[in-house]
Amino acid sequence: MQIKTALFFLALALPAAAGVTDVTLDNGMRVIVKEDHRAPIVVSQVWYRAGSMDEHNGATGVAHVLEHMMFKGTEKVPEGEFSRRIAAAGGRENAFTNRDATVYFQQLQKDRLPLALELEADRMANLQLKDESFAKEIRVVMEERRLRTEDNPQAVVYEQLMSVAFRVHPYRRPVIGWMNDLQNMSAEDARDWYRRWYAPNNATLVVAGDVNPRDVVALAKNTFGPLAARSLPPRKPQEEPAQRGEKRMVVKAPAKQPYLLMAYHAPRLADAEKDVMPWALQVLAGVLNGNDSARLNKRLVKERRIAVEVSAGYDGINRGPGMFLFDGTPAAGKTAAELEKAIKTEIRRIQEEGVSADELDRVKAQAIAGDVYQRDSVFYQAMQLGELATLGLPLDLLEKRVEKLKAVTAEQVKAAAKLLTDDRLTVAVLEPQPMAGLPRKPAREMDHVR
Amino acid sequence: MCAKRYFLALLVCLLPLQARASVEIQHWTTPQGARVYFVENHDIPMLDVAVDFPAGSRFEQPEKNGVAALTHAMLDQGAGGLSDVAIARRLADVGAVLGGVFEQDRAGLSLRTLSSTRERDIALALMLTVLHKPEFPDSVMRRERARMLAALRDEESRPGEIAEKTFYQALYGRHGYGLPPSGTAESLGRIERGDLLSWYKARYRAGDAVISLIGDMSRDDAEQLALRIAAGLPQGVAAGGTPMPAPQPPVEKRIAHPSAQSHVLMGQIAIARDDPDYFPLYVGNHVLGGGGFDSRILKEVRQKRGYAYSAYSYFIPLSQPGPLVIGLQTRNDQVDDALKVARETVAGFVAEGPTEAELAQAKNNLIGGFPLRIDNNGKILDYLRAIGFYRLPLTYLDDWTARVEGVTLEQIRDAFRRRIDPASMSIVIVGGNAG
Repeated sequence: MQIKTALFFLALALPAAAGVTDVTLDNGMRVIVKEDHRAPIVVSQVWYRAGSMDEHNGATGVAHVLEHMMFKGTEKVPEGEFSRRIAAAGGRENAFTNRDATVYFQQLQKDRLPLALELEADRMANLQLKDESFAKEIRVVMEERRLRTEDNPQAVVYEQLMSVAFRVHPYRRPVIGWMNDLQNMSAEDARDWYRRWYAPNNATLVVAGDVNPRDVVALAKNTFGPLAARSLPPRKPQEEPAQRGEKRMVVKAPAKQPYLLMAYHAPRLADAEKDVMPWALQVLAGVLNGNDSARLNKRLVKERRIAVEVSAGYDGINRGPGMFLFDGTPAAGKTAAELEKAIKTEIRRIQEEGVSADELDRVKAQAIAGDVYQRDSVFYQAMQLGELATLGLPLDLLEKRVEKLKAVTAEQVKAAAKLLTDDRLTVAVLEPQPMAGLPRKPAREMDHVR
Repeated sequence: MCAKRYFLALLVCLLPLQARASVEIQHWTTPQGARVYFVENHDIPMLDVAVDFPAGSRFEQPEKNGVAALTHAMLDQGAGGLSDVAIARRLADVGAVLGGVFEQDRAGLSLRTLSSTRERDIALALMLTVLHKPEFPDSVMRRERARMLAALRDEESRPGEIAEKTFYQALYGRHGYGLPPSGTAESLGRIERGDLLSWYKARYRAGDAVISLIGDMSRDDAEQLALRIAAGLPQGVAAGGTPMPAPQPPVEKRIAHPSAQSHVLMGQIAIARDDPDYFPLYVGNHVLGGGGFDSRILKEVRQKRGYAYSAYSYFIPLSQPGPLVIGLQTRNDQVDDALKVARETVAGFVAEGPTEAELAQAKNNLIGGFPLRIDNNGKILDYLRAIGFYRLPLTYLDDWTARVEGVTLEQIRDAFRRRIDPASMSIVIVGGNAG
């Protein structure tokens, strides 16, 4: 009975980093290997440090479009062959793009790793990017945008809010790109992007599973080693100027339920050793929303019945600026304004009264357990390593992270709550529009048509 | 984590270094009739427990459609004298996670906990309380019902959800699988606390329970736990479902919706989980629309023409015959073109079957990818639950690759021709140009 929300957060806890090998090839490509011998499988991921935050206006979405184009063939491996060869080897493969990075991955039986690395090395340097392939694929991407964003009111609210909360920083632009930019994108835009960012010195290979690290490093040297490093464009910080007062917006879309999204600018994790607030903000999110009995659900859904769904999360382990977000659906007869007021009341309670030792212990117990549970997924462990590498954070944070969370005090959580001030806030409210964007005709039925 | 009492146990301690290529399932039945499926694995200090019942929406009467989902949602919202908040709090205190599965056939609970004694015992005691002594407090029931109604309203704005409900209703009418699993606004309004109690007593029976266990636990402890689970449940077995109705005549329904895309679902009633055609149809469908970028439907609709981001086909084998579903979403003005391509692709496949090369490619992918299906405890738990619930052979996982390997071109052609009729499929289109 969960209403799906538009928020995606990094999980609270991470697995230990024991048995991690981390080397950098002569061409600047980083290779990280994590041993896990529970099953005879291997996960391979190539992370490019190029996401939508590296795009420019007029070509939003190009990072993601290029991700699609990476499956469209090289001279040696024609269109369709990449997927066909991985499938023939019993593999699963796909890719994803976010604000910070573009990631390509395969899951295979352990002895099929060379195939994955050969194919990745080939398309890192030899992608063809033909006009006719681009013309078809850009239409697929526009359908993806319609499916995931345009016809999903909560996704529209998220996209609209981000474009207002950030005025300068590129996090203001949606990863999938604005529709008009997609409509006007050319194959040359994609080629440009590929030439700019697809180089070994902008990539990290993460391999996890039933492998020998020395063999993997040797294999990586053989396959990726011959590719030449290239000079990368300078990355400008594009720092977001301090917000000078609360921002509010209304988003109209065909919908049946109102929806509230609140975003506070918050510090990001920059220095893994010294920073305190990012860990305190994570614990704060746990106190508010870490389980079914946490404050927001207990007070607003179960007791006061102001909301049917409500959640909170800290989104601050990124290349770009951090945020602390709340979202929720008001209960029947309640308004988004009432829900917002109730959420702010909960924030104020922590700002003034702090949190109890029980609450703190509960969040920490969940982090400790989550750390154990995540060892069940080799894929997830590889994800965590790739993410840390992409963010320039030390890999041993995997081990230290639970300790960092355990060290957070009640005082620090209170201080973290005090960062959530109106001057840093953007509020978006979905105002549902009647479903009859077209005049709603009754369902037409044609029985026995054939 | 490993016992040090016997030399053999020391050998077992070395096993985690060996990669897992197969799964050893221990199976027994408790005196109450509960079927138990257990995989002992000490690699990670955690334990997964799941208990499933034939308590899904297909056993409902249309007047009380939604009672199964509401009962399931209410199990942990007050039990054994503990409030909803108290239960959630105690679980969180030990880092345990209580989850649920709710489908048309089955309803179940799952628990993931650390295997250390204190955490495990507290978490398991809570799971037993929830399974054995749910209280369905009236006020909480009204709250959860209101939340379900809100979710239903939200679904009315989503073309994919509307299409799915309409599709199942078109295939199955007001019977069993045709009922929306979460009920309707009208039927939910008719449900009272007494309905939940009756549903729980009638359908959460020990004799039907399927108990699946994987993780850091001894066989002795697993036996004790299974006994405790079964002993505290309502005893006996639930009544069977009503039989399937005669197939509905195929329909085409177009529903207007102010969305940028039209959602298309097409299909017909196909096979049950125990159908002898299961493997030929499963492997064949990998070629037709189940194999992602390797499948014909995605190639024709997406790769060649750029009509859609997602286009697929799959069988949903259930206790009774479930459907073959073919789906895609596309810009409103090209829905008829995309639908035509999908229909022709299905018709062509049913008429001719896959090519030799396509079948070889599908088998290579399925067989070569088998280790990925059982590469962690979470995935194996799902197999234990399915094997138990659908009474599949204990050797299901051991036999799986051989069953796939044994499928021939002729079997696929024959099975598709006998079971799938492209000319009598129902079609649902929800979108801006429909209606």
